[in-house]
Amino acid sequence: MKALTTEQIRSVIARGKLKDSIFQAVGIFCLVVGLLVILLLVGDMLLRGIDRLSLDFFTNFASRRAAQSGILSAWVGTILVMFVTALAAVPLGVAAGIYLEEYARRNWVTEIIEINITNLAAVPSIVYGLLSLGIFVYAFGFGQSILSAGLTLALLILPIVIVSTREAIRAIPAMIREGSMAVGATRWQTCRYHIIPYAMPGILTGVIIGLARAIGETAPIITIGALTFIAFLPPVPFSTTGEGTAGLFDWVMSPFTVMPIQIFNWTSRPDPAFEVNAAAAGFVLMAMVLSMNALAIWLRYRLRKNIKW
Amino acid sequence: MQQIENKEVPPLKAEARSLNFFYSEVQALKNINMPIYDKKVTALIGPSGCGKSTFLRSFNRMHDLYPGNRYEGEIRFFPDNTNLLSPEVDPIEVRMRVGMVFQKPNPFPKTIFENVAYGLRVRGEKNRRVLDDKVEHALKGAAIWNEVKDRLQDLAPNLSGGQQQRLCIARALATDPELLLFDEPTSALDPIATGAIEELVHELKQRVTILIVTHNMQQAARVSDYTAYMYLGEMIEFGKTDDIFIKPQDKRTEDYITGRLS
Repeated sequence: MKALTTEQIRSVIARGKLKDSIFQAVGIFCLVVGLLVILLLVGDMLLRGIDRLSLDFFTNFASRRAAQSGILSAWVGTILVMFVTALAAVPLGVAAGIYLEEYARRNWVTEIIEINITNLAAVPSIVYGLLSLGIFVYAFGFGQSILSAGLTLALLILPIVIVSTREAIRAIPAMIREGSMAVGATRWQTCRYHIIPYAMPGILTGVIIGLARAIGETAPIITIGALTFIAFLPPVPFSTTGEGTAGLFDWVMSPFTVMPIQIFNWTSRPDPAFEVNAAAAGFVLMAMVLSMNALAIWLRYRLRKNIKW
Repeated sequence: MQQIENKEVPPLKAEARSLNFFYSEVQALKNINMPIYDKKVTALIGPSGCGKSTFLRSFNRMHDLYPGNRYEGEIRFFPDNTNLLSPEVDPIEVRMRVGMVFQKPNPFPKTIFENVAYGLRVRGEKNRRVLDDKVEHALKGAAIWNEVKDRLQDLAPNLSGGQQQRLCIARALATDPELLLFDEPTSALDPIATGAIEELVHELKQRVTILIVTHNMQQAARVSDYTAYMYLGEMIEFGKTDDIFIKPQDKRTEDYITGRLS
């Protein structure tokens, strides 16, 4: 083949660069569309709800009068449910992920388990609600409580936690594992001193992303029967209630509501004044999700700083 | 395999007897018989894929970490005449007696101190004084103490490549192994760092038996007392390093050493 002349080389480059610029423009357009939609949504909610965003809104229970209605029981309920969810999903999911990566032999049984975990992530959330209604609420007798809701959402995010644990573990180079085993460590010592600490940034990111998904779930919580109107808080441990002193874990059995249900409730009211409440609560929920994601990013950054190979 | 007659044969540290090794169905080592002499450096040379790393990694049962691998034959370990490959012998017990340094320096993303102390912690050592002493001793043994003594709490991955490799040697030395395996320890290092490691290997043989895989024939000639040439999973020739390099008995060894086969 004859070598190209300088002219020809330049025209080849020019054609290539044109495609570069076209793709760049398309890419920027797509990015802007995505970002704008979210910004519009959040901005719209903020504008419509800003009048209600005061301290009172956070410290008042829901009320028949829109102007005095607040989200106290909803945000407290959401935080408590998330706490139970994290407490249940993290140990289960992390242990399952470690087992699958570090201990389980590769055979058809683990193959089936793996496929099932992936499928679990795709199960519609209402199905988890139905399952929990049968198991947690009735069979175990947990009732329509924070405990039932927390465990339901824990099941929902379990696949996310397992998958992110496994991916974080897979990112650890084999030579680190071999280095540990070569001095005579057992599998557990290798997990305890190396695999778990080095996988922790990835695991935490997965956990928080899972929780951010759970925080917005409405369907399964309605299914297990969360109340839509609730004017009391779960008992604080060791506080005095009408029935004597509350125990350390009494709050987990308390009825509750959560943010999405409160929003759903308000949007279904005929009085348009409640729509303002719904917008304000929606903005608060968005803020909660965004700050959880921010926390995930910050934690990942902090923990990864000292891990390199 | 041809063995060169020696007048004084040093005591044995280990001996491979009819060793075969399989990665699933693929046979990587074929009927290897070879002595490892006590407190000597034995080099394994041969072209890529000849099985020298596979052979090396049999000595600390590294292959047990992955499914489908299979050994046949024995590696006898002395003075107690244990068969390292026996299913009754726990691979962890083997690794507690046989240390290893890898091709690419693989310090843990922890402090320099914790890297060296790790083997001791794994053995249940909690006494701070003992840990301090042994870490210092190991770092001195690996000729890196002077460079790191003032920053034992720094992160090990911030060291240079050559320092990282010496740290890995210290990590292996800290638990007083009887046999130390080196898997091409200098292939990721510059010539100066390589020189330091070679010098270290030379000093270490006072304390420990060494088996080293190397791609670099000059390195084998410089550091080892005995050399084995492997080709396609077979042990072609074993003997004193001087003999192997000056008057190889086998045509294939000669071809490799003189650069006609690589």
